[in-house]
Amino acid sequence: MKNMVACALVALAAAGCAKDTTKAQIEDRSTAQPSTGTTQAPSTGSTTRPTTPDRVGGNPLTDPNSPLSKRSVYFDFDSNEVKDEYRGLLQAHARYIADQRQQHVRIEGNTDERGSREYNLALGQRRAEAVKRVMTVLGADGSRIETVSYGEEKPKSQGHDEAAWQENRRADIRYAGE
Amino acid sequence: MKRSFLFLAALLLALAARAQLSIDLTTSGGRQIPIAIAPLAGESAQAQSVSGVVGADLSRTGLFRLVPANVSPIPTEPSEVNFADWAGKSADALVIGRLEPQPDGRIEVRFRLFDVTKQSQLASYTYLVTTAQLRATAHRIADVIYEKLTGDKGAFSTKIAYVAKRGTRYELQVADADGFNPQSVFASNEPIMSPAWSPDGSRLAYVSFDQKKPIVMVQNLAQGTTHAVAAFRGNNSAPAWAPDGRSLAVALSKDGLTQIYRIPATGGTAAERLTNSSGIDTQPAYSPDGQWIAFTSDRGGSPQIYKMPASGGAAQRLTFEGSYNVGPRFSPDGRFIVYVQRDGGRYRIVSQELSTNQVQVLTDGSFDDSPSYAPNGKMILYEAQAGGRGQLAAVSGDGRVRQRLTSAAGDIQDPAWGPMPTN
Repeated sequence: MKNMVACALVALAAAGCAKDTTKAQIEDRSTAQPSTGTTQAPSTGSTTRPTTPDRVGGNPLTDPNSPLSKRSVYFDFDSNEVKDEYRGLLQAHARYIADQRQQHVRIEGNTDERGSREYNLALGQRRAEAVKRVMTVLGADGSRIETVSYGEEKPKSQGHDEAAWQENRRADIRYAGE
Repeated sequence: MKRSFLFLAALLLALAARAQLSIDLTTSGGRQIPIAIAPLAGESAQAQSVSGVVGADLSRTGLFRLVPANVSPIPTEPSEVNFADWAGKSADALVIGRLEPQPDGRIEVRFRLFDVTKQSQLASYTYLVTTAQLRATAHRIADVIYEKLTGDKGAFSTKIAYVAKRGTRYELQVADADGFNPQSVFASNEPIMSPAWSPDGSRLAYVSFDQKKPIVMVQNLAQGTTHAVAAFRGNNSAPAWAPDGRSLAVALSKDGLTQIYRIPATGGTAAERLTNSSGIDTQPAYSPDGQWIAFTSDRGGSPQIYKMPASGGAAQRLTFEGSYNVGPRFSPDGRFIVYVQRDGGRYRIVSQELSTNQVQVLTDGSFDDSPSYAPNGKMILYEAQAGGRGQLAAVSGDGRVRQRLTSAAGDIQDPAWGPMPTN
């Protein structure tokens, strides 16, 4: 039953997405199991770790073997398209949010340092919105997801080359209290 | 105590470095007014060289050429001026004066401005000031000279605001227009963005990330009081004051993508939505008459500049050259806008005359951002990035004179030039 509802939601939202400018490609994957192996780190080879120590044994948010411990979606230059490779990761988070009714989430968009600072803030916000849209399509309750942006203000990599820029074109999923 | 001393020492070092490196001036074409500024009698006893500050102010505009005042004795009274001396040095204008300490500890500053060719006095002013006011007095003298010789109001007695980043520390600073006397008005370990002066100069709006997301704050500079004026769900950014100082246009993402809203300058929960597009609308700027708002929008596929009535409504696209034109600011006379244009991989400041749509590239940097007009419209302050570090830079409105105000310490971001002083 639950699957059917999710299925209908996905179908509805996917229809809405077709004319959307964000180009986020959504498919009906609601019957698929959350994958653990398909999420890829960017070519810089870095990994994102939760910011708080693992207090409770078996917390999937901090278990490195859980897809929920992966929090970052990386973007191409000037793009807010959520690539296919992140679908498994976002599906896992969407399910977790749907199951944990009290859980509030923030998606934080970031850009590289090039371009106007204020416009970059809005670009980072659109990246966060794109990730939120995919997650809500996959079943997460959008009213518990706030999207914000740091623009180019909080670069994860302090460099000034393509490798650094790639690392900084990113949206991070952060759970309340983290 | 030790810490504050260290901080002071660091600040002084930074200032000394700035003072030494401050000018990297490029001028091209155009006639400069040759002016001789004689050292004022008695100024060598003061910490501040009044004539030095006046000379630096004037030469920074690119409109003046300083003629060495190497005569002996140096005149301080009109009767001591031998116009033939100065005509022989090709000086068109001459400044003389004196400082006289008063019994109450204050100083009387007198200066006179002469037209060398006509051998006539153009201005004579006397100020009674404290030693702490000597630098401000020098700026006022430069304002008088600038207005007498160019016909335009000087902007040397104005303030600028900018964000200085040192390591992970952000400071919102207010300084004199020449970068001296920087004062920190707000500091945080989270980013600070987009300072914007209220039209009367009494308040600064800016974006603070203290609440772990961007929120628009307004700070009363004299009282030091601060309150949040836009703290809606999502992002709150890009504040721009309406010319009457009663409301602000801001960019909010409370309804999804970033759009432009109008809010009372006192804050509250009422936000009137002014744009309604399927793209990003941000970076609003009011025209000086308050009738229009120019802003950045990528509703057409690439970020371009549009204008709409200040109350919202149909928008008209203003920029057509290139695929990235963002961050407009109106000139004080409303005839031009300046903005950031991407050309290849470079971001530069350009100006556009609104009546002809003629575009002129003003700067030659790689990552230039945040243009801000001087209140007399003659110079544009902007951020020039080099080596990942922002520096203050200024360019004349016609692009003829460019300078970098390089400072040794910190990363300077988002400069904003304040209004003319009200007194």
